[in-house]
Amino acid sequence: MAKGEEKALRPKRAIERRGLAITGACVLLVAVLVLTLIFMVASRGLATFTTDGTPFASFMTGTTWNPHQNDANGIPLVGALPMIAGSFSVTLLSCLIALPFALGSAIFVVEVNPTFGTRVFQPLTELLVGIPSVVFGLVGLRIIVPWTRSWAGGTGYGILSGSIVLAFMILPTVTSLSIDAIRAVPQSYRDGSYGLGCTRWQTIAHVVLPSASSGILTAVILGMTRAFGEALAVQMVVGNAAQIPTSLTTPAATLTSVITTSMGNEAMGTVYNDVLWSLALVLLIMSLVFILIIHIIGRKGAPRG
Amino acid sequence: MASSSASARARRQDHIATGVLTAIVAVICVALVAIVVYIVGSGAGKLFDVSFLTGKPQQFKAGGGIGPELFNSFYLLVLTLLLSLPLSLGAAIYLAEYAHEGPVTTAAKTIIETLSSLPSIVVGLFGMLFFVLQLGWGFSIMSGALALTMFNLPILTRVIQQALEAVPRDQRDAGLALGLTRWETTIHILIPSAMPAIVTGVILSAGRVFGEAAALIYTAGQSAPMLDFTNFDLSSASCPWNVWRPAETLAVHIWKINSEGVVPDLAAVSSGTAAVLMVCILAFNIIARIVGRRLERRLTAE
Repeated sequence: MAKGEEKALRPKRAIERRGLAITGACVLLVAVLVLTLIFMVASRGLATFTTDGTPFASFMTGTTWNPHQNDANGIPLVGALPMIAGSFSVTLLSCLIALPFALGSAIFVVEVNPTFGTRVFQPLTELLVGIPSVVFGLVGLRIIVPWTRSWAGGTGYGILSGSIVLAFMILPTVTSLSIDAIRAVPQSYRDGSYGLGCTRWQTIAHVVLPSASSGILTAVILGMTRAFGEALAVQMVVGNAAQIPTSLTTPAATLTSVITTSMGNEAMGTVYNDVLWSLALVLLIMSLVFILIIHIIGRKGAPRG
Repeated sequence: MASSSASARARRQDHIATGVLTAIVAVICVALVAIVVYIVGSGAGKLFDVSFLTGKPQQFKAGGGIGPELFNSFYLLVLTLLLSLPLSLGAAIYLAEYAHEGPVTTAAKTIIETLSSLPSIVVGLFGMLFFVLQLGWGFSIMSGALALTMFNLPILTRVIQQALEAVPRDQRDAGLALGLTRWETTIHILIPSAMPAIVTGVILSAGRVFGEAAALIYTAGQSAPMLDFTNFDLSSASCPWNVWRPAETLAVHIWKINSEGVVPDLAAVSSGTAAVLMVCILAFNIIARIVGRRLERRLTAE
């Protein structure tokens, strides 16, 4: 009897094993692709320091970007600090611009008018996610750059124009994740606050937002990840001048903008090309750092939430 | 007395806060609608111009069209979906149904999360390194489709995983209690009931793939040879179905003509292309909603 049952189960087990094998193989393939990506970009990016012999410090802290020429000591002028500073400036500034709007609308959607939120606002922000980055760049080129030029003079290209364009692009990410974070605050917290006679705003400011803070922080970091890595929209409006930004309205450059404009022009294996890969490596490492930060926040915020 | 003035102040603050929040939402909605209207409006003249939609792109002369780009965008999208859909379906089923809590699952989740937060330009650069140079495929549709697949995989996996996890536990338990394996339960019960959410998610992700440019400029290339739809020689550069030819898409076209800036009618061509792109994205959004709702209705009516 037991033996017969065993036999009857065998095809079932085979089905299960096949299912596990197929789906497991998919995950494995994705994992191998990601690890290959990290390995290949890293090994190309390190060539600047291993093959070309550029000191790491002169790459990270040098302020002159002209890889076709060498300085007095014969070391190529590959100072990446202008681009690193540019990338961080646009990232931080765009978050500063987007945050009040994202947070305000997230609060509105959860606490003030949920029906409007799910019927109108969320479909609209989903549409905003879908607008291609080059189209944002084009709108920036047509509207934001001339607007900046009209009051700041100069060309209008620069950190500020790039940040405004980026703020629009990260707005849906930050908003929808903030909505999730605020929605996850237990209703009993609000009821408790209202029971004490607090107004809605007092409840939001003193109960809801503090409880949702780790989720909101995650939303901001994910927005920063997106802003840091965005390439074409920024490249179109930032001005592409590889110099340390001294003002928000003068042309600057970011890691992504230099990579997109130069990668196609420099032959593989040259110093210039190698150092572009080093910039890509910095970009890669920064996005890994952002993920790490999100994990740390998640672990810290989890027991409270 | 003092407490009543404090509560009056609290009430006033509450009113002000509500007003400010409403204003913020209003500003966002107006700005968003304005952007869409501006993009479609400034290219509206080209939107129904058949010679623009089917014509040959020009590099130095005015009057270029976007025929090959339009075809390339859709062709790349279809290939990308063909590649990424089975793969992400498998990965999502594994994560939602098979994965146990443990180091392997955590590692898999972290890796997919990593892929989703990698900048698309980095994915494009990897595509250039691996597909274009290492495998020697050159700037080609194949290289581009694979780069887009890497861009699309984490998005799709997440959407499908969430759709599967949203199916009520009872359905899963009922399937298993009937003696079905996990695999059979997934294929015959979970996927059909998660179908509306999956289809909506796939169409929305298609919109993002359609507009992606950074992952493509160094994989599918920035040139669009004129296509001859009567040519079925799969090794010819003018055969539309040849996956080894370079293929510039609509989004890449906008970027390229703007960064080169040599086309005399740059403004008109890029506005027109952006409007076409925007209309397609809007269509994807609307179709996703309609199809999702219709599937949902059919599913619940049964």
